[in-house]
Amino acid sequence: MKLLRDIWLIFQRQMTLVLRNPVWVIVGIIQPLYYLLLFAPLLKKALTQAGAHTDADVYRLFVPGILVMLAIFGTFFVGFALIAELRAGVIERSRVTPVSRLALLLGRSLRDVVSLLVQCLIITLLSIPFGLKARLGDMLLAYLLLGLIALMLSALSYGIALKLRSEDALAPLLNTVGQPILLLSGILLPLALAPGWLQGIARWNPFSWAVDAARALFDGHPGDASVWKALIILGVLTIASVTWTARSFARSIR
Amino acid sequence: MIETRGLRKSFRARKGTVEAVRGVDLTVQAGEIFGFLGPNGAGKTTTLRMLATLIVPDGGDATIAGADLRRSPGEVRRRIGYVAQGGSTWDTVTAREELVLQARLYGIGKAQARQRAVKAIEGFQLGEFADRKCQTYSGGQRRRVDIALGIIHSPQVVFLDEPTTGLDPQSRAHLWDEVRRLRAEGMTVFLTTHYLEEADALCDRVAIIDYGQLVAEGTPDALKREVAGDVVTVGLNGAAPRAAQLLDGQPYVRQLEPIDQGLRLYVDAGATAIPHILRTLDGAGLSLGSIELHRPSLDDVFLTKTGRSLREE
Ligand SMILES: Nc1ncnc2c1ncn2[C@@H]1O[C@H](COP(=O)(O)OP(=O)(O)OP(=O)(O)O)[C@@H](O)[C@H]1O
Ligand SMILES: [Mg+2]
Repeated sequence: MKLLRDIWLIFQRQMTLVLRNPVWVIVGIIQPLYYLLLFAPLLKKALTQAGAHTDADVYRLFVPGILVMLAIFGTFFVGFALIAELRAGVIERSRVTPVSRLALLLGRSLRDVVSLLVQCLIITLLSIPFGLKARLGDMLLAYLLLGLIALMLSALSYGIALKLRSEDALAPLLNTVGQPILLLSGILLPLALAPGWLQGIARWNPFSWAVDAARALFDGHPGDASVWKALIILGVLTIASVTWTARSFARSIR
Repeated sequence: MIETRGLRKSFRARKGTVEAVRGVDLTVQAGEIFGFLGPNGAGKTTTLRMLATLIVPDGGDATIAGADLRRSPGEVRRRIGYVAQGGSTWDTVTAREELVLQARLYGIGKAQARQRAVKAIEGFQLGEFADRKCQTYSGGQRRRVDIALGIIHSPQVVFLDEPTTGLDPQSRAHLWDEVRRLRAEGMTVFLTTHYLEEADALCDRVAIIDYGQLVAEGTPDALKREVAGDVVTVGLNGAAPRAAQLLDGQPYVRQLEPIDQGLRLYVDAGATAIPHILRTLDGAGLSLGSIELHRPSLDDVFLTKTGRSLREE
């Protein structure tokens, strides 16, 4: 119970910080709109090759991809905020209290998950007029998947930030890791269009499983093998990254 | 209240290892203001961070407020407060919000946390700005908030890392009063400083640390008495090396240290030594810029123990 209380305290403070920063709030809302309004028309032609004939088809392929992409890129860079907090001394101030070290991480990650899911909700709702249709149960499962991606990547990002402790080192590292993940996830275009060797590599990318699963769910096939596979893969990775970073929080931090 | 035995810590740096703390044995009594005095890089912060459970010592043990540092760091955390050398607040929240959160992180309930914040705001006179965002505070205001945060849970011991560095004399005096108030409330205060006057005026006892090791420990008066005798400072534009040769080994000079543009001499009694000094220098045709007699300060303690001055930085 102490853990839950501590998570809630940290989460509340982190949420306050976000909401007090108007730039973040505006960017957070505009970013999804921009994906939706600028990207979708661009991809329409390309996606017809992959079997999308109507607007609704396009959105059914495109929206899940965009949501996964947002989950990756909206959370993978949260480590920067932690470096600022390390510098301000607020982490050290929390660490001398008996607060749970796991809560120091999960309170922050929960903030990231919540902000992401709000953005995803905006995109989903706005896509309905364009012909997107999906069942509530499938949607909830898809959101669980997105939440896992966000939790795992934000924890990973915080863990890397704690190790590097400098923005100058963090930026290139995150970019180098992030780019191939994105390119090989089949987000922008389905990997069915890719040559065989590329598909082979992509099979090792957990996010390409996530994208397949999200597309299956938006297509109304919760029983598709990709769904449970993605949930298990991401579940395991999330536990691993949370454990790793929570231990960094417990150990010494300059 | 605090007892350490052989506390040590080294860091791996790019160029080999830095032995930041090399075996520190300290005893701090309950209810005293204990000063940890030393130059930059002496190992003050590292020692404090070990005692505050932020980093794990490489060797040695410590007991703080009855809790064992190695075996029960959680218990230590509950009994101590720690105020870091840098700041400790978020920019866009207010001091009141920070105080409430900090109390709650110590497990205090919501209503009581609010009450404690109100009390702290009164006690540290934060009322004027407590509901403004922290980024708007002056250096002195910020420091008072930091300390208020460090003791919001009424710890038995509070560690203050350079509480007055960078403050103007007025804010410093104000902060000294706050620290004395903490002692009056029964708290044990362990602070670091590199201001000699601060150690002298504020602290009941001081320990002097240099290169990770203690070089002296005691009340400021006892330490100064150890140096014994008087201190004569002579200003000697450029002739210092020659004068040092002449004076070194004279029976009335106990110790001699070169300083900027002159010499500092430790003598048994200034009144009898000064005529000798003047005669010796005059006999060699050296012209004297100035001569000054004073009681030993903590800087003299540091100088006699290490051969360097704390003031030179
Ligand atoms: N995390 C670290 N990694 C590497 N070296 C460190 C680390 N922390 C401290 N040091 C080194 O250990 C030594 C002692 O540092 P410390 O911060 O304890 O000094 P200090 O007495 O507090 O100095 P100051 O008066 O400047 O605050 C210094 O040489 C410092 O560079
Ligand atoms: Mg220091």
